[in-house]
Amino acid sequence: MLARYRILLPVISLALLLCLTFWMQPRAMSYFGLNLLFNLAVPIALATIAQMMIIMVNDIDLSLGAFVSLVACVTATWLNDAPLIGVLILLALIASYAAMGAVIHTLELPAIVVTLGMSFVWGGLALFLLPTPGGASPGWIRALMTVKPPLIPMAVVAAILIAALTHILVIRSKIGTVLRGIGGNTRSIARAGWNVTALKATAYGLSGLFGVLAGMALVGLTTSADANIALRYTLLSIAGVILGGGEFTGGKVSPVGAVIGALTLTLAASFLSFLRLSPDWQIGAQGAILILVLTARLLFSRKGAAT
Amino acid sequence: MSDLERTPVVALRDAAKHFGPVKALNGVSLSVAPGECLGLVGHNGAGKSTLVNLVNGTFPASAGEVTFPDGTEGVRSVFQELSLCPNLSVAENLSIAHPDLKGFGWRGPARAEILASLDQVFPNHGIDPDTEVDQLTIAERQMVEIAIGFAPRGGVARLVILDEPTSSLDEGIARQLLSHVKAFCAAGGAVIFISHMLGEIFDVSSRIVVLKDGLVVADRPAAEFDRQGLVDAMGHVAAEGPQTETTRAALGEVVIRAEGLEARRGEIVGLSGLAGHGQAAALARLYLAQTSDWRAGRGIRAVFVAGDRPRDGVLPLWSILRNMSVSVLGRDAKSGLVDTGAERRLAEDWKKRIGIRTSDLTNPILSLSGGNQQKVLFARALASDATVIVMDDPMRGVDVGTKQDVYAIVRAEAAKGRTFLWYSTETEEVCQCDRVFVFRNGEISAELTGDEITEEKILEASFEMQEAS
Repeated sequence: MLARYRILLPVISLALLLCLTFWMQPRAMSYFGLNLLFNLAVPIALATIAQMMIIMVNDIDLSLGAFVSLVACVTATWLNDAPLIGVLILLALIASYAAMGAVIHTLELPAIVVTLGMSFVWGGLALFLLPTPGGASPGWIRALMTVKPPLIPMAVVAAILIAALTHILVIRSKIGTVLRGIGGNTRSIARAGWNVTALKATAYGLSGLFGVLAGMALVGLTTSADANIALRYTLLSIAGVILGGGEFTGGKVSPVGAVIGALTLTLAASFLSFLRLSPDWQIGAQGAILILVLTARLLFSRKGAAT
Repeated sequence: MSDLERTPVVALRDAAKHFGPVKALNGVSLSVAPGECLGLVGHNGAGKSTLVNLVNGTFPASAGEVTFPDGTEGVRSVFQELSLCPNLSVAENLSIAHPDLKGFGWRGPARAEILASLDQVFPNHGIDPDTEVDQLTIAERQMVEIAIGFAPRGGVARLVILDEPTSSLDEGIARQLLSHVKAFCAAGGAVIFISHMLGEIFDVSSRIVVLKDGLVVADRPAAEFDRQGLVDAMGHVAAEGPQTETTRAALGEVVIRAEGLEARRGEIVGLSGLAGHGQAAALARLYLAQTSDWRAGRGIRAVFVAGDRPRDGVLPLWSILRNMSVSVLGRDAKSGLVDTGAERRLAEDWKKRIGIRTSDLTNPILSLSGGNQQKVLFARALASDATVIVMDDPMRGVDVGTKQDVYAIVRAEAAKGRTFLWYSTETEEVCQCDRVFVFRNGEISAELTGDEITEEKILEASFEMQEAS
């Protein structure tokens, strides 16, 4: 029952915010307007999915922002200048994420500590690659991110695609079900004969994959990179997962919700600009929106439990 | 005996398991043949769970050997503590233990298989395979787990180990399980059945093995045992027949009146009825109403004894001592700091009074067997000053001897003026109460006192009249 309603609140929050935005700024209600509102949401949505893969197995990733920044730097330098080496570097980054998952599980280390430590490693590597902002986006990524499909803007198409694909991967497929099972009860998965280390590595590897996609998408939009370009993604992605109906523990996640959560967070920033709120207050106001939605969710779930 | 002619499903030869200095299992030889239902009894800490874990391969034996002449294929376990993934649906939980369900379209077969198995073991179960497990009651979860144990899962179940399978099931559902076990064995399957309810053991087993302190002390066909002989072999002398009446203090004033319930000072009030008919929820609401007032200040009025130990009872990372004293830390503190001397005295005192089997109270709580963990939870509650003690089916997985000890303690504490609210799925426990409220469909259907508290009266009130006839 509740699982089906869990998705309602994110949808309602997004719809409400969208209506308010259109009411404040009717010109946003167009192909061009929508694309402008949402195109920065694409990398955030991918990063949110990456974070969700980790939260799904009861861990949390504090290195995601630094990782996405590093990927952006690799994309703007190596992938542009020497595509083959660039691809190899990105694959190695995904593999190191998977290895990180395996290490966290086998040594029983707290993920929060390991990922916090790794965030400095990623940050250092990014600075090493690009000490000053620069680089250039590979042409094909730029083309992909600025494509103009008929009727529906690219940002919306991308969001729908990401949501649909990850829904199949996480909710419908067998491997996704087992991975969610790890979040629910690791012992029972181990007793059923699964190799939990391999599964955790898979979850982290998927997270790394979506982190790489997020970094590439970001460079496609910004056309250049900087070692600190995506640092705020760490907290944005956690907020997006929670806003989308996910929970910190117990393997309760929703990929569609996570994408909607990322869209809501992006829209909230634009909405606050439309309100002519000073940027100094915007982060606080974003936090207030988050608290508001979470309070609503708590009230709903209390009500659901009472009936 | 025909058992000797058939190859056993599993055979243990001098199997032993040591956890450091603790000898959980001390050289056990036994075998289980197809078509046999082996009843395994013994009091808490006798080594039953260790034996099960050797058979299902959770850990290897320290000495001796465990052999499966036809391989480990089809050996299933249903564990004592619930071990489903609460965030997944019933069908998804089955698919995790089913290697053949993969690729596209695995959901349909998973749904069909778990439904078929549930229908077979528990006719009229009313469980939807698409429900998430955390939306089910604890009895329904247990039913799902048992059904997964018996489901084919791409092969055939040859040996099913049931560790306290009926501890959270009510009597009607437990009977369905017992008859399924009999049918399963008649069709050539083997079952290891562990239970503290001796009636069930006699009902289903063809052979009974008694464990005591990690050793097999008796291994005979069930027909050669009688109830008293079995209890004696286990090493606890349980009082049979009606309880000797202790002098009861005159009941005092009403201390709780809520939800249609009423409890007086010094009274033991039972909540009964079939599992999942609202008793546990009513109990939780009563308890929270007693304790959740943040303006109430210091001094607690009510304490809670959990039956679902991993979920609401033990603090798994803490020692036995800490687990016991957590309820009185505020009371015994000296200017805000824990008084370790008083803490230790209190714990040693309760260890003696309630008989916790451990050499050292600073051992982690998880080193104790389930029944002894439960004793710690009792000690935690009774050590406080609370006048109301709320018990949520606290005897789940507790052996006969411990139960008798606890009954005596509850009686003595009630005589001192404490009020007990006791939810139980077992009629025997409910008969210990002064007054019983029977629940049906979330409402109180009967209030019984004194001599009215009998199994027939409770059952009559638990079932709708048309179902009872």
